[in-house]
Amino acid sequence: MGEVDLSKFSLLTTKLNDAIGWARKYSIFQYPFVTACCGMEYMSVACAHYDIDRFGAGFPRFSPRQADVLFVVGTVSHKLAPILKKVYDQMCEPKWVVAFGVCTCTGGFYDNYATVMGIDTIIPVDVYIPGCPPRPENVLDGLMKLQEKIQKQKQEIV
Amino acid sequence: MLTDVIKSRFPNIVTQACVDRVDNFIVIKREGIKDIASALRDDPQFDFNLLMDLFGVDYLHWEEKALRFEVIYNLYSLRKKHRLFIKAPVPEEDPSIDSVALVWPAADWYEREAWDMFGVRFKGHPNLKRILMYEEFQGHPLRKDYPYNFRQPLVGPKN
Ligand code: SF4
Repeated sequence: MGEVDLSKFSLLTTKLNDAIGWARKYSIFQYPFVTACCGMEYMSVACAHYDIDRFGAGFPRFSPRQADVLFVVGTVSHKLAPILKKVYDQMCEPKWVVAFGVCTCTGGFYDNYATVMGIDTIIPVDVYIPGCPPRPENVLDGLMKLQEKIQKQKQEIV
Repeated sequence: MLTDVIKSRFPNIVTQACVDRVDNFIVIKREGIKDIASALRDDPQFDFNLLMDLFGVDYLHWEEKALRFEVIYNLYSLRKKHRLFIKAPVPEEDPSIDSVALVWPAADWYEREAWDMFGVRFKGHPNLKRILMYEEFQGHPLRKDYPYNFRQPLVGPKN
């Protein structure tokens, strides 16, 4: 038989990769980790007016095991940080993290003993949405960037 | 005047009394807080049945102030509709004062907060532990000598 020439299959594998990416990017199950004022903006995005469901991310799950995108919405304090890490660790692969609002991106205007200076010091972040709080359009823009990222990445199939 | 009445009633406890616009203030010796608190609550003349607030102050950089900390009680009477602020100076070397959690149950969490933020110990409190910060936290963050941005993370990099 000899060796299998993989190059013959490259078209197939990239198409498969694209197909899985396409499916994944439109079936985002988010886990909203809402702690502070940004939550209002999150609710506005999730409700009828801005309707995040148009982008295939309409269904929040309140168990990390059932979610694949972690939305960290609002200020994270050092008291809360171990819980955030635990929630992240409990999510199954593939998983992505969105930092929603400047508090989660960098700590925002809080420079004090209580606040974590950006959640990327604790868990990896895929998309940062700045703003205090970000406008819903801004959030949708961030979501589309995340979808682009999901589409383009190599799809691990376990 | 309410403050005058209180001062003549407790001459050994009250050291100063004054009225600033509409607010009544008395300054007391910290040893007397329990006595004066239960008397102010139970005496129908005062009838302070509501402890609205209790908090600490750190006067570290204030030169006239010999005693470093102060615990301030904000009392209100729902029936008589009058209000009183009690200030109790607390020295730095022994930052402690008697708890009033058994006089007004509302004081329970306020005293835990003042302990957590300023390190003022409330003697006789049923459950004096941190309420806002985590148990691993060292020090008391609202003391003026605590560096405001000194972080003590549980996970992740240090500062
Ligand atoms: S970024 Fe602004 S709106 Fe969002 S949680 Fe922080 S302070 Fe609140």
